[in-house]
Amino acid sequence: MTRDDYEVIIGLEVHSELSTKTKIFCSCPTTFGASPNTQVCPICMAMPGTLPVLNEKVVEYAVKAGLATNCTISKDSKNDRKNYFYPDLPKAYQISQYDKPLCEKGYIEIDTESGKKKIRITRIHIEEDAGKLNHDDFGGGSLVDLNRAGVPLIEIVSEPDLRSSQEVESYLKKLKAILEYIEVSDCKMQEGSFRADVNVSVRKKGDEKLGTRTEMKNMNSFRSITRAIEYEVDRQIELLEEGKEVEQETLRWDDVSGKTFSMRDKEDAQDYRYFPDPDLAAIKLSDEYIENIRKNLPELPESRKQRYLDQYKLSEKDANIITASKYLSDLFENAIKVCNNPKAVSNWIISDISRILNETEMDPIEIPFDAKQLGKLIVLIDKGTISSSIGKKVLEELFEEPRDPEDIIKEKGWIQISDESAIKEIVTKILEANPQSVADYKAGKDKALGFLVGQAMKETKGKANPKMLNEMFLKELNG
Amino acid sequence: MDITELTVHELLEKLEKNEIEIKDITNAYLNNIEKKEKDVESFVTILSEEAKKQAEEIQEKKEKGEINSRFAGIPIGIKDNICTKGIKTTCSSKMLENFISPYDATVVEKLKSENMVNLGKLNMDEFAMGGSTEYSYFKKTKNPWNLNKVPGGSSGGSAAAVAAELVPWALGSDTGGSIRQPSSFCGVVGLKPTYGLVSRYGLVAFASSLDQIGPITKDVRDSALLLNIIAGYDKKDTTSKNMEKIDYEKGLKNDVKGLKIAIPKEFYGDGINREVKEILQKAIEKYKEMGAEVSEVSLDIAKYALATYYIIACAEASSNLGRFDGIRYTYRTKQYSNLKELYKKTRSEGFGKEVKRRIILGTYVLSSGYYDAYYKKAQQVRTLVMNEFNKIFENYDVILTPTSPTVAFDIGSKSNNPMEMYLADICTVSINIAGLPAISIPAGVDKEGMPIGMQIIGNKFEEQKILNTAYAFEQEFKFREKYKPEFKK
Repeated sequence: MTRDDYEVIIGLEVHSELSTKTKIFCSCPTTFGASPNTQVCPICMAMPGTLPVLNEKVVEYAVKAGLATNCTISKDSKNDRKNYFYPDLPKAYQISQYDKPLCEKGYIEIDTESGKKKIRITRIHIEEDAGKLNHDDFGGGSLVDLNRAGVPLIEIVSEPDLRSSQEVESYLKKLKAILEYIEVSDCKMQEGSFRADVNVSVRKKGDEKLGTRTEMKNMNSFRSITRAIEYEVDRQIELLEEGKEVEQETLRWDDVSGKTFSMRDKEDAQDYRYFPDPDLAAIKLSDEYIENIRKNLPELPESRKQRYLDQYKLSEKDANIITASKYLSDLFENAIKVCNNPKAVSNWIISDISRILNETEMDPIEIPFDAKQLGKLIVLIDKGTISSSIGKKVLEELFEEPRDPEDIIKEKGWIQISDESAIKEIVTKILEANPQSVADYKAGKDKALGFLVGQAMKETKGKANPKMLNEMFLKELNG
Repeated sequence: MDITELTVHELLEKLEKNEIEIKDITNAYLNNIEKKEKDVESFVTILSEEAKKQAEEIQEKKEKGEINSRFAGIPIGIKDNICTKGIKTTCSSKMLENFISPYDATVVEKLKSENMVNLGKLNMDEFAMGGSTEYSYFKKTKNPWNLNKVPGGSSGGSAAAVAAELVPWALGSDTGGSIRQPSSFCGVVGLKPTYGLVSRYGLVAFASSLDQIGPITKDVRDSALLLNIIAGYDKKDTTSKNMEKIDYEKGLKNDVKGLKIAIPKEFYGDGINREVKEILQKAIEKYKEMGAEVSEVSLDIAKYALATYYIIACAEASSNLGRFDGIRYTYRTKQYSNLKELYKKTRSEGFGKEVKRRIILGTYVLSSGYYDAYYKKAQQVRTLVMNEFNKIFENYDVILTPTSPTVAFDIGSKSNNPMEMYLADICTVSINIAGLPAISIPAGVDKEGMPIGMQIIGNKFEEQKILNTAYAFEQEFKFREKYKPEFKK
């Protein structure tokens, strides 16, 4: 049997940090990257006697996420304690939601090779993040940093509706886009503010019974999620083919070795002893509250995409790429306001900007320049002040050190040569220096023209107006 | 005149008439502590120097008119599970032997804003688990009426210190009777407020849905005064109730004419000591004489309250005490080779046996497969208990019962028999289960001269009614004039 004889079943648990200013149960800031234990107070350090107070923004953000993913919002939910010991969990319990999550029974639509597909969302609940353990470089022990303890999270649990790593990637990107659009999470995978645990099982095609699943943790990029799934699917199929069984366990993905490792053995199976947190009242929401949030929900990626198709006549593919990120989409719309050239903005985003983002593994939100600068760059090209090849250099400059594109070209002396006599001078010079190419052209080798134009561009360091250059060469050669 | 014999409201009067000075009060109490504390052993931490200095500063400020709070310079003792910034808060546990809180409990902030003087932190059963204060890691507090007997618990240090006049009043905490039972054993007045009347912020949690801080005082008027200071909504405790402030002292009145008192027969049954019953019977007669209408009722559900209480309280405790793990501010075992061992040894060595017993019990009842049979069932019974109390309060103003089935017992007589110790809570736990307010006041003594307390239970947030019921009896019976602790051995 081969891999094609098996069906892959995947369900996801996504944890997304909410971008509230303060933590979920105290008023400490949630800023990422502060020195260890500087964003803490007696409450998030779990000092004896302290009590949690639920941040209402967290509920609001979670309801937003629920509505944006077509969930039913529970008007009567509660907080529960999930009890376990670990040094990054100062209370020895995590305040989470067990049997009454805030949001239930939603779905999002993803694009697959065979068209649109609904992925059902089981539930979305609110909970607090744990702290972090840092390995001590000096003493050899571990040090606890509680800055992240109490940062609000939503956990979004999907049904096992996903059938491949491609579908997983598509689902995660869609989910990430939705959370960004409704402005409830930054979704920065590298900072850990958007992380996915992946439940994978395989079964022979045609089987009705689900196979035993394993849960994988510790993937912090789309690439590692894809790799981890591929690895795990192969591993499970191999086991089954050998007549062995898949064990239900939690696995840790190791990005360096490209393998999964068992996190804990069976005898340590956790009993979290969930029970309602007696320190917190039930969360009761009114219809008006929920309706009010629904009414004020911002435009979602799907609707933006449709608008781009209708209004700007973008291709489906281009509209998908741009709307996949709220930041790119905002960049697109705001740059159009400056240059009034949607096609050009879309081309820049899809080709050069996306390429640079890929090369540098940068998240769109980290793009250093703003929409005004991009719009101005396009205006300069449209006006003929610079060529589009110079435009590419200006873009690279914008990534390096963002500033007004006009200043960049002045500073670098990149203004396009569009003066007819200057162009003629260059063309004459190139023709004189390349008699062989001239002869080739005259002998019917059209390719020689391209070479000559290239030489002229090289001579002028790309500054010559390519259209004028072309025309001038033709005129001189044919004239 | 001995200052320490006075109640706080008497002290306030003397201060107003300039018959005494602020610093005299603290000095008088420090003198008493010096003399008697070695017998009573009610303190974990005594703040002699600090209190003396503080009293002098407050007097100076008051004279200059810089402060005008009514209770400026009045000393107080605080149970050692209420967090005090910069001062050890040990919960009488080895686990927190060196824990210094970085913040003040809300009630402590309130005392400070009144410029009161903290005389020290008072002994208790470890983490408030126990009914005799014998489970303190540090010392066994003695009952000032008879030093061979326990003061009750868990606020035994607070009740004994008030009875022995080492503090004019004190704060205790009550999860299943921990204010009322020691108050009964020590012949003082102890009030457990309605759940939600006093902020729990800064009270080291034992059972979050049951814990309340309350006053332990010499008389009912002082109880009303201290309740005035500590009661009130706190945005840091979302279980505290946002309601208008009540002046309980102003509302005090000596009048029970037409007051409807319910006597639940289940609280006067076989398990209750004969002398306790006799004293209660006399009190009932007294109320009748004063014009109250007394009738017997049934509170059948009460027989399930003790089991319900120990399931809920232990379940919550097992989770609340998880943070004492050896990682941060607690005791940590000396030798360990991995994380699991660090946890195991720290918690085995740092907790006493009663605390461990309750953590194990609580962990068990929350475990998957047992949750429905124990914790969930207990929550259901809890609702029934509340319902039965509600039914009584449809027809009655207050409920009158003994506070404890017995008087103070001998030190060592029950500490190895947890079941018998748990039974000492039989009269008090149902009140916490239902979240009601109740006060214990002395109603007489047994033939050995040990105090017997009676418990007056009210409907939610009807502290005024139980205070008034208690006040009327106190004015009539005059317990403090008749009986005094003897420190006999």
